[in-house]
Amino acid sequence: MRASPVAAGRALRHRWRASLQTRVVATTLILSATVSVGIGATILHQVRSGLLSSATRAAQSELGSGIERAEGQFLALPDDNPSAVERTAYGVVTELSGQQGDYQVVMLPSDGGLASYGPEGAVVSIPSSLRAAVTRSGREAWTYIKLRNGLSRSAGLAIGAPVQAGAVRYQLYYLFPLAREAATLRLVERTMLFAGAALVLLLVGIAAVVTREVVRPVRQAAATAERLAAGRLKERMQVRGEDDLATLAESFNRMADTLQQQISKLREMSRLQRRFVADVSHELRTPITTIRMAADVLHESSEALPPEVTRSSELLQAQLDRFESLLADLLEISRYDAGAAVLEAEPIDLVHLVKQVITLAAPLADRRHSPIEADLPDTPVIVDVDARRIDRVLRNLVTNALEHGEGQPVEVRLRAGTDGVAVTVRDHGVGLRPGDASLVFGRFWRADPARARSTGGTGLGLSIALEDVRLHGGWLQAWGEPGQGTVFRMTLPLHAGGAVSSSPLPLEPVADTDAEMTGLR
Amino acid sequence: MRARVLVVDDDPALSEMLGIVLRNEGFEPSFVSDGDQALAAFHATKPDLVLLDLMLPGMDGIDVCRAIRAESAAPIVMLTARADTVDVVTGLDSGADDYIVKPFKPKELVARIRARLRQPANSAGEILQIGDLGIDVDGHSVTRDGETIALTPLEFDLLVALARKPRLVFTRDQLLEQVWGYRHVSDTRLVNVHVQRLRAKVERDPEHPEIVVTVRGVGYKAGTS
Repeated sequence: MRASPVAAGRALRHRWRASLQTRVVATTLILSATVSVGIGATILHQVRSGLLSSATRAAQSELGSGIERAEGQFLALPDDNPSAVERTAYGVVTELSGQQGDYQVVMLPSDGGLASYGPEGAVVSIPSSLRAAVTRSGREAWTYIKLRNGLSRSAGLAIGAPVQAGAVRYQLYYLFPLAREAATLRLVERTMLFAGAALVLLLVGIAAVVTREVVRPVRQAAATAERLAAGRLKERMQVRGEDDLATLAESFNRMADTLQQQISKLREMSRLQRRFVADVSHELRTPITTIRMAADVLHESSEALPPEVTRSSELLQAQLDRFESLLADLLEISRYDAGAAVLEAEPIDLVHLVKQVITLAAPLADRRHSPIEADLPDTPVIVDVDARRIDRVLRNLVTNALEHGEGQPVEVRLRAGTDGVAVTVRDHGVGLRPGDASLVFGRFWRADPARARSTGGTGLGLSIALEDVRLHGGWLQAWGEPGQGTVFRMTLPLHAGGAVSSSPLPLEPVADTDAEMTGLR
Repeated sequence: MRARVLVVDDDPALSEMLGIVLRNEGFEPSFVSDGDQALAAFHATKPDLVLLDLMLPGMDGIDVCRAIRAESAAPIVMLTARADTVDVVTGLDSGADDYIVKPFKPKELVARIRARLRQPANSAGEILQIGDLGIDVDGHSVTRDGETIALTPLEFDLLVALARKPRLVFTRDQLLEQVWGYRHVSDTRLVNVHVQRLRAKVERDPEHPEIVVTVRGVGYKAGTS
């Protein structure tokens, strides 16, 4: 239960971020509500002060005339007759008191000892602060009050001024009820509230409708683009009307048309390319097979032939081998170019595979006087790979190392990590010139164009190896320094479709004793 | 006795060259260049082995292979110009025992042919047991509950190789060497396809094999009964 408000909050945040419509509607709601409240408050304030100031002015003029009449009456009195003064005061109050009960009049003595005149409720309604103000200033003063009438109270205005009655001073107060003004204000308030709410609702509604009109085609475009991306190239947007959004839909559809055309064109080209490769393969391979067999038969019977014919048949054999491997490599690389290479991964023991490659390379290692030093784990390392391709990569790397190893040992290392496995093959030959490490994978690249090509390599081996490793989602990298030899590192994910974050083996060789000694010398 | 080999190939030069090589190696070749006539030639010559080109005019090599396999267990070696997995697997699935990719060396071809024609060593009435299957090595028959299961010679050899060493796990390369006579050639597809075919015939539920068991990352072994 504790989680639910959190979850609701998260859902709301998500909605806020994910939906343009929600955002626009909510923003409109907040802004229009703020503005409405502001405008409402200002108008109410204006109306209120207008109403009250006119009430105050009316009160002032009423009081003025009241004072005049009271003072006139008091002046007419003989001096020093307190009872006459009291009578007159009572008379004034009675005379001045509102005819229609519009207001109430109260006469209060300035100092103690004299009686107050006026209705009981009105007398108690006059706050002492007002009395103090009138006494202090000796002039008129007013304030808003709560008019008491029995137990009920209502808004009112009290205004008072001193009156000289012979020797004594009275204070004459007028109390005006503000019930009408209050009613007017309440009415205005209610009207404003209603109008404001209606306005906010209207604006929110407009925002919702407008954004929906805009958002709907955008959402439709997004969904259509999503489906297009998923490969459903026939998906199109609906075009309605001739407005901006219809233009969007039309442009979108034109883009999709072009895309579809391009893709089907590419597909067709790729299909033709694959078809061509297959056809060339078949057409070339059959005659080569015949030539190869004929050469072999010639070679078998070469003892009976003159020496130059024997040598010719040997050359024919050797060049046929080279031609065949070149053809095979060309076909393989064009298969990659056509995107027709398929990974057939199955779990195999990579240690076993490496051992097998080393065993098969032993005759070449003997010929080159380069011993192969293997540093492999004792336990099997099971990896999901296409055995044919990885076997080809390893064979290529080991053969390369032996051929460029200059009779120095070739080191083969294998290490498994958490998500990947790495094999490095290092030779101690001439190494690579700076910048060559990235070029070695280029097609028909040669370290030294002037150097005679003694080996039967096709110049495509490393390019194919790179594609083979990439097909597994792995890396094939080279490192080399002049005089330091060359390192090739293959890093493969342990599982098909996985990714490698780091290689378990370093690409650059850690400074071993040999290198240190070279450095000291 | 000279083994008879039927060469089904539409390329006259290659056919002739194959004929020269095969005769040199002591085989007795006969030829047919059209897929439609392949089956008739097969009936007429009753060869010990068929060399079959996959791309043929008339009836396609795959169909010829299926037709021959439907009525005979004679070894079939495919000649193919395409090493693509789809083509190879299709060929093997249609019943071929082995395949060789053009261009091949004559020695390689002859080795493959010899391996397919090799007579099993005298097994002196050997009777093997694998799971609930009984194998009569001399009689070349496999039975379950008295019912005979028909296997091609290659499938039979594969089963016998596994059954002879029930506790041993064979790598695919070891099987290639023992059953196909290959050395130093890694071709896991060949083994995989034939294991699938064998399982389809001998397993009660090929999805959950009990006779030929996969050992992940290593190879195959005989199932324990």
